[in-house]
Amino acid sequence: MRWLAYLRPGDWLVIAASAAVVALTLPLLWQGGFAERAIIRQDGRIFAEIDLGGRREVAVPGPLGATLVAIEPGRARVVADPGPRQYCVRQGWLARPGEIAICAPNHVSVQIAGRTRAYDSLSY
Amino acid sequence: MTASVTELTVTAEDRRVAWLATAAVALSLVDAAIPSPLPGVKPGLANIVTLVVLIRYGWATAVWVSGLRVLAGSLLLGYFLAPGFFLALTGTTFSLLTLGLARHLPGRWFGPVSLSILAAFAHIGGQLLLARLWLIPHNGVFLLTPVFAAAALVFGTINGLIAARLLGEIPAAEPVR
Repeated sequence: MRWLAYLRPGDWLVIAASAAVVALTLPLLWQGGFAERAIIRQDGRIFAEIDLGGRREVAVPGPLGATLVAIEPGRARVVADPGPRQYCVRQGWLARPGEIAICAPNHVSVQIAGRTRAYDSLSY
Repeated sequence: MTASVTELTVTAEDRRVAWLATAAVALSLVDAAIPSPLPGVKPGLANIVTLVVLIRYGWATAVWVSGLRVLAGSLLLGYFLAPGFFLALTGTTFSLLTLGLARHLPGRWFGPVSLSILAAFAHIGGQLLLARLWLIPHNGVFLLTPVFAAAALVFGTINGLIAARLLGEIPAAEPVR
């Protein structure tokens, strides 16, 4: 490459150092934190706060029946819900902090929480 | 007719600064015409001129050329004294100060590309600082730092390479001061 001839040894050093700086600042893009916990609410009260570390399923009792929540490393979702429209089920996996699935008929919500709270809630 | 009291003598240096600043302003206009995905991320082509001037004619001339470029560029693009003007001024000031220090690096090891990258990082650093202190007083400003830093690295390298090439092609008209 002709262009490479213009690079002196120190230039490579500066490029490498700059790339390192860029790499170091990259986590800022995920400042909301990674998905760490799932907060399950029933009737507005916290029913369970589960660490997104292992695999498990939680049945949350509500006025219509049980809402089934699946927890996996780094993500969570509503597997089954007795509600008529199944919005929270169809929302699928929640993996980013702040994401929330609300099963309104059964008064159950599942929210992902990270290190920091970027916003109170998300509306779709 | 009375003779003019003040006599403005135009030196060769003045003419050179004017020409180089014109070139820099032209590149600023090209810069502004390039669509950018994010405000603040742009090639900064005018910095090629700054680099060439710095290496050929010294730091003082580079300051003149850059200052005139920011002033004339903002007048032509219509953002004189708007927030964008102060962002440009801060970025330019920071990168000129950095260049003032970095030009003392041993030239055998560090070429225009190093200067260009360091200046680009200083530029964006100064702008982020001003934006944080004045325009958007919230730490959320820094969330996009990785994007700006990556742009500084990429465009800094490209501009540096172009400057190095120009310096290689144009023979020095006079010794570097």
